[in-house]
Amino acid sequence: MSTADLYRTVRLIRRFEERAIEFVRSGEIVGGIHPYVGQEAIAAGVCAALTPDDVITSTHRGHGHVLARGVDPRQLLAELMGRESGLNKGRGGSMHAADFSLGILGANAIVGAAASIATGAAWAHRRQGRDTVAVTFFGDGAMNEGMLLEALNLAALWRVPVIFVCENNGYATTMPVESAVAGSITGRAEAFGIPAYIVDGQDPETVLEATTAAVERARAGEGPTFMECMTYRFDAHHTFEHRARLDYRSADQVAFGRSRDPVVIQGARLPDDERAAVDAEIEAVLDAAAGFALGSAHPDPAEALKYLYAVMP
Amino acid sequence: MPKLSYLKAMNRALADSLDRDQSVFLLGEDIRVAASNLTAGLLTRFGPDRVLDTPLSEQAFTNFATGAALAGMRPVIEFQIPSLLFLVFEQIANQAHKFSLMTGGQCRVPVTYVVTGSGSRTGWAGQHSDHPYTLLAHVGVKTVVPAAPTDAYGLLVSAIRDDDPVVFFAPSAALGVREDVDFTTLAPVPVGVGRVARSGDDVTVVAIGHLVHDALSVADELAGHGISVEVFDPRTVYPLDLDGLAASVAKTRRLVVIDDSNRTSGFAAEILAVAAERFTLDAPPRRVTRPDGAVLPFALALDRAIQPDRDQLVAAINAVLEDR
Repeated sequence: MSTADLYRTVRLIRRFEERAIEFVRSGEIVGGIHPYVGQEAIAAGVCAALTPDDVITSTHRGHGHVLARGVDPRQLLAELMGRESGLNKGRGGSMHAADFSLGILGANAIVGAAASIATGAAWAHRRQGRDTVAVTFFGDGAMNEGMLLEALNLAALWRVPVIFVCENNGYATTMPVESAVAGSITGRAEAFGIPAYIVDGQDPETVLEATTAAVERARAGEGPTFMECMTYRFDAHHTFEHRARLDYRSADQVAFGRSRDPVVIQGARLPDDERAAVDAEIEAVLDAAAGFALGSAHPDPAEALKYLYAVMP
Repeated sequence: MPKLSYLKAMNRALADSLDRDQSVFLLGEDIRVAASNLTAGLLTRFGPDRVLDTPLSEQAFTNFATGAALAGMRPVIEFQIPSLLFLVFEQIANQAHKFSLMTGGQCRVPVTYVVTGSGSRTGWAGQHSDHPYTLLAHVGVKTVVPAAPTDAYGLLVSAIRDDDPVVFFAPSAALGVREDVDFTTLAPVPVGVGRVARSGDDVTVVAIGHLVHDALSVADELAGHGISVEVFDPRTVYPLDLDGLAASVAKTRRLVVIDDSNRTSGFAAEILAVAAERFTLDAPPRRVTRPDGAVLPFALALDRAIQPDRDQLVAAINAVLEDR
């Protein structure tokens, strides 16, 4: 993965999210989104270390993960707008983007739930003789979900090729991590005998390097790795905050958090003209995505329960 | 003809499924030693990779099964305590069940959840004696509660082959039931199809799980009093065999339901609602259930007092036949 490719990914995610926020404001996206703005380096760096056969699970803040994994931005935007042409045919929305053809086993809206799903998928692949790894993304808030801790135990016991990527953005919604996590996040993983690393989550190249080592370890049959990627959420927990104006982060803190911007960090590694060309290319992609999504049909209410069962007598 | 017990039939269904399809594997607590006897002999025959003992991490291993299913496996989880379903309700109702719709049909989640010994286990008290099949039906998870050994075999095989999540309740009070069976005739039983366990003309008794056997006994007893009882065993709680039920009630025009659920919003309540919407009855229908909000107390007499019994069923049948 080249410097330019990593830049393209973080920039694509950033601009996708900024445009999606506009579509929330204009009412084209109902229900709002959990913006990934500020955390782009993690999705970009992690997914750059994977092969097409690998699988990921994502979260409620998942647009970055699936874009980095290669989903078509047109289909993702159409999904956010609840259109039939969306990734999930408009049945999933912002918190559930899935594309099984790209190994995306779904974004999960229950905090910490996907870690055990990813662990099961990775275990199954190994049983089937496949040389794949699974990555499960989650936030610092998930570290207090018992089910996630159970998954760490299963993965370590059975040496499952799964990589646990904790995006520590400092807050579980509004709860500061210092008020929520006793001990340390990596210490919890280490307690299960899982190698755990603190990674600069603002630099895509650092994340890529750390993930590459974890992937090699998993493929070599050495089991899970845990990465705590330190990051900062530049925008709201959810777009409802834009109106609710919850008071839990000081202006100074937000300014400090935004001072290390993954798009700027990676962009600085490219010549100006090359960066401008990538930026223009992305705007064209997103213009096309907007046109595609806005022009796509809404699902037929008569098919509201289509896909509920694989088979029904 | 050889006798086949309910539990042995389930064991045979698991063995046949493991033998037939390499993607099938079992997981659960203490299944290698077969603590419930459900998995007896399977470790030796199929090996530790396909008979997986799990730590006491029900939530994670239930989602683990979902992940394995998304990757092409057909996991079968054994829960030896019915109340564990409360612990993993999120993982079944909110995860496994919802993946197909939420992904626009991109995936299938063929997981089977087997509860070996549901309902009262006699002397196991409040937290080990629930019978929550109605909860699963309510959220739309395919739910089967077989009464007879051949149905236990056939529905377990079908549940494992089904491409959706299926919960299989094996009532504690049915595990010892034995049936004369020609083993060569054991076959899959389709999910969602009930059976007439005994044909009759005067009243339809809908009974589920172990209560089918109580209903059959009552039918025998009442036959001596000139009352002809038809016993309808839905076998599947969800989706319900409405056509089968309708055919029975069209014949008898009287209806009693006996159901080991709590009363409010229970399985019997659903049957009576269906009856009110669709059937023409000659008398108001009756239901025999656990009381509202029941918690099974420990002492044997109290445990029994909470469960629907034959005397209550006889009284209900007499009530719907009163004006005959």
